[in-house]
Amino acid sequence: MSRTVVLVDAVRTPFGKAGSMYSGTRADDLMVRAMRGLLERNPKVNASDIEDVAIAAATQSGDQGMNIGRSASLLAGLPNTVPGYSVDRWCAGAMTATTSLAGAIAIGSIDIAIAGGVEHMGNHPIGEGIDPNPRFLAEKIVEQDALAMGATAERLHDRFPQLTKERADRYAYNSQMKTAAAYAAGKIQRDLIPTAARIAEIGWGIATVDEPPRPTTTMEGLATLKTPFRPAGRVTPGNSSGLNDGATAALLASEDKAKELGLTIKAKLVSFAFAGVEPEVMGYGPVPSTIKALAKAGLQISDIGAFEVNEAFAVQVIAFLDHFGIADDDPRVNPYGGAIAVGHPLASSGIRLMLNLARTFEERTDVRYGLTTMCIGLGMGGTVIWENPHFTGGKR
Amino acid sequence: MAAEMTLPEGAPEEVITNALVRDVDLTPFGHKGSLALITLDNGLDHTRPNTFGPQSLAALDAAISDAIGRAPAAIAITGKPFIFAAGADLSALAFLTKREQSLAIGKLGHDVFRRLDECAIPTFAFINGLALGGGLEVGLHCNYRTLASTAFTGLPEVFLGLVPGWGGATILPKLIGPERAVQVIMLNALNNNTMMKAKDALALGVVDAVYEPADFLERSVAFAASVLSGKNKIERKDYSSDPAWDSALATGKAAALKKYGGAEIASPMRALELIAAARTNTRGAGFDAEDQTLADLTMSDPLRASLYAFNLIQKKRKKVEGAPKPALARKVTKVGVVGAGLMASQLALLMLRNLKCPIVMTDIDQERADKGVAWVKNELAKSVERKRMSEESARRLSLLISGSADQVSFAGCDFIIEAIFEELSLKQELFKKLETIISPECVLATNTSSLSVERMSEGLANPERVIGFHFFNPVAVMPLLEIARTSKTDDATTATAVSVGKELKKTMIICKDAPGFVVNRLLTRFMGEVTDAVDEGTPPAIADSAMRSIGFPMSPFELLDLVGPGVALHVSETLHENLGERYRISPTMQAMVAAKVRNFYIKDSDGKVVANPEALALIKQGTSASTAEQVRDRALKALAVEARMMLDEGVVSTAAEIDLCMLMGSGWPMHLGGILPYLDREGISQAVCGQRFHAPGIASLP
Repeated sequence: MSRTVVLVDAVRTPFGKAGSMYSGTRADDLMVRAMRGLLERNPKVNASDIEDVAIAAATQSGDQGMNIGRSASLLAGLPNTVPGYSVDRWCAGAMTATTSLAGAIAIGSIDIAIAGGVEHMGNHPIGEGIDPNPRFLAEKIVEQDALAMGATAERLHDRFPQLTKERADRYAYNSQMKTAAAYAAGKIQRDLIPTAARIAEIGWGIATVDEPPRPTTTMEGLATLKTPFRPAGRVTPGNSSGLNDGATAALLASEDKAKELGLTIKAKLVSFAFAGVEPEVMGYGPVPSTIKALAKAGLQISDIGAFEVNEAFAVQVIAFLDHFGIADDDPRVNPYGGAIAVGHPLASSGIRLMLNLARTFEERTDVRYGLTTMCIGLGMGGTVIWENPHFTGGKR
Repeated sequence: MAAEMTLPEGAPEEVITNALVRDVDLTPFGHKGSLALITLDNGLDHTRPNTFGPQSLAALDAAISDAIGRAPAAIAITGKPFIFAAGADLSALAFLTKREQSLAIGKLGHDVFRRLDECAIPTFAFINGLALGGGLEVGLHCNYRTLASTAFTGLPEVFLGLVPGWGGATILPKLIGPERAVQVIMLNALNNNTMMKAKDALALGVVDAVYEPADFLERSVAFAASVLSGKNKIERKDYSSDPAWDSALATGKAAALKKYGGAEIASPMRALELIAAARTNTRGAGFDAEDQTLADLTMSDPLRASLYAFNLIQKKRKKVEGAPKPALARKVTKVGVVGAGLMASQLALLMLRNLKCPIVMTDIDQERADKGVAWVKNELAKSVERKRMSEESARRLSLLISGSADQVSFAGCDFIIEAIFEELSLKQELFKKLETIISPECVLATNTSSLSVERMSEGLANPERVIGFHFFNPVAVMPLLEIARTSKTDDATTATAVSVGKELKKTMIICKDAPGFVVNRLLTRFMGEVTDAVDEGTPPAIADSAMRSIGFPMSPFELLDLVGPGVALHVSETLHENLGERYRISPTMQAMVAAKVRNFYIKDSDGKVVANPEALALIKQGTSASTAEQVRDRALKALAVEARMMLDEGVVSTAAEIDLCMLMGSGWPMHLGGILPYLDREGISQAVCGQRFHAPGIASLP
């Protein structure tokens, strides 16, 4: 009883720098905006047809609490007959919301669902309210570094000496340039939902573009940045994603239902996998999760024609690419740039990868398979492999 | 740029509404360029709405200049969360001393707002929340308007004794035509300041589009882009040759006359003049006329009295003068209502709806008690039918009401109110009996209108728990509750009564236990002078219309009909007995009660209201007829004398409480300030009491 699951559409709010353009905006309002924007672009879907809503947030308190899956649904004006739940797998929250709902669709328990993710890191600084069990360190279950993401990135440099700071900076620079080019070509804007944001002191405005990108970044500039996680380290604010606010939402459906309603099909889900690694090198997580997802799909890495790798840290992306023998500047990887440029509002990012991949699928009818992957705090990775519905049988 | 202007001396410091400008990129909305978005925000939360005083207007003026300077594709104006703007800052109006100041305020508003129409750039109002008076008028000056689906809007000026004088009276008739403009400016305002829901505002054409609040601003910007790009064409109609002008103005006038008992009160009449003029004049000429009208009204005593009354009502709705600390109030979780007649049933329903706790009604037999309960349940069912209450709520409440012939069922009550026959000995007996059933803390409240509460508490083990709790008919509608303390009533009892009154959403005054409390004492005195004049020989028609021009909502005899001659006679008898000769007992009233003639006015076969011949036949007139002026003079003088006596006796401690009572208990109009500001400005208080009730400037021109 397995059915094909498709990505009908995905959108996001513009991403902000934490405590900046969304400093006066609630996380749940960002989530609501993404959901309403998604439904507005898909008028063939009746809100009452939605059978479940899964929304992720890494910090589930305050304006991201109260079961945001349910509360954001009510605030978004979905009928109260539509259920909802909240999801947490830290950075892979929205990815997990997608795969959980996909599982439910695949076994036939639901037909249409909304997955989403939100993180307002201005309202909820990373690590807010956490209370690590003293046993973690006392019994050496994890090392101290495992609890600071920047430190885990430094550990990747330690483990793989070939991943130099220069390579990481170069990767980061390219990410900024790719995003700048995508913006100039109007490619990023297509999936942004303009979002009203008020700051008491300056009044209402409408966010229409991402705030974090730095198109004027230079290699020289990157080289001068401090390494906040360790003296003489390699991880800098320039080759990492920032602290950001934003929300994403995706419409998922069974292929049959999508066809019945005449919905767009932007990608077909092939397989997914999550896998664990030592928490101290959490950035390595995408490697085992990808190996596993490929195995489940019966595919080789060489079958994958498009990659959307979350750029929590540049070193984590190049560690992944290095493992699979892919060049740092391989054009198949993150063609619109990534989180280093546009930002990484933790639990929301998984769907941003999907919406980018869906755009690549539209542009590259010669690509049959693509994947979205990301690293996850406390030592995990997640990978989802997708098939291009526009594939016309080119090279791959 | 508009002229600068400062607040009049003595006025409270203005809470400035800032006007902040930001650019919004229209590209994602399908139009080139940007929109300059002005946010009105006074920096406080929604409980303190944005308002416009001189500095706020200057801020908006500067913001409009800023916006124009950005050369945007459009300019839009919106509010802070939940609030667009609640209109002019009224707090300064009461301090204007010169007509020029008043003219300047009107002109300043126009000079700033009209820029939104006169600048060459398309302008939009994104009315995201409450928009009243000048708040809505800012929007009317804009070329287009969107409104949040949950927002309320309206032009309450005529309710307040003003006119929509920052453009509303001129622009609205031109925009939506005479009938709808009269609806908004006149009928809504006169109907207890009814505000428009978003769907009404859309249907009336006051706004062009309505969007849900969740993405109101985004959709409003999208609307603006669609208008700018020509995809959305908003048609405006020319109403100058609309056939409905005369009938609409007549409708407005009729409503104003009805509201004020036939009197032509300045504010609604002047508003009608402005609406009528809007048919043919230019906007500019209309604005000039608005300025003059506003200046005339603001420099008049009626408006000052209105502002005083409005502020008084607002303030006292929240804070009850002389109330003990709320913490002293005891919890009320079960209520008893003694009696199951119509009044008692109304009380039971009101308590049930608001307190949502078990309510026990008793009467002398089960049948009567059941009848009371059945009436209450039927009222709940009617509410469900009218969609004012959900079936579930009605079911919940129905299960809480019960009736019994046995007063033992009052055991466990925290609050008992009696509404039995108005006879002291019966009530005394009742309270004694109840003391054997209830706890020593249970409040014993009486809805008597004129009997001594203190005497009801005589001989009780716990007289400190007895209190007067006097409603006005119909109890669900009339907002006033007189709470009468005896010399023995303790603070806990009073606090509990006030707390129950708050739950019932009543405006309360705490008065001394004195005959007739406040409202009935004044009204009976006042009416007594009119009935006396008739008994003495004044033609009833002359006596009853003697005060028509003042603007009371109904004439003395209309009021008599509402109260019923039986109740009126009983009250006047009690007051006569307790307060002396100045309360006379009218032989006409006695005759009407004896003959069971219930109405002074009836409808004839054509449905026209005429004096009831049966009532006229019962009048035994003397030979000393008074003129209308004489009737009016003696009635108003009697009010002044009685009010002064009440203050001297300490029935209430302030003149303002008397005004509050007349405003809320008998619906006397705001332009009289209740009543005492009117008696002051007519020189009556000075003439009969040797002093005013209010210092000049409090509720009058300084």
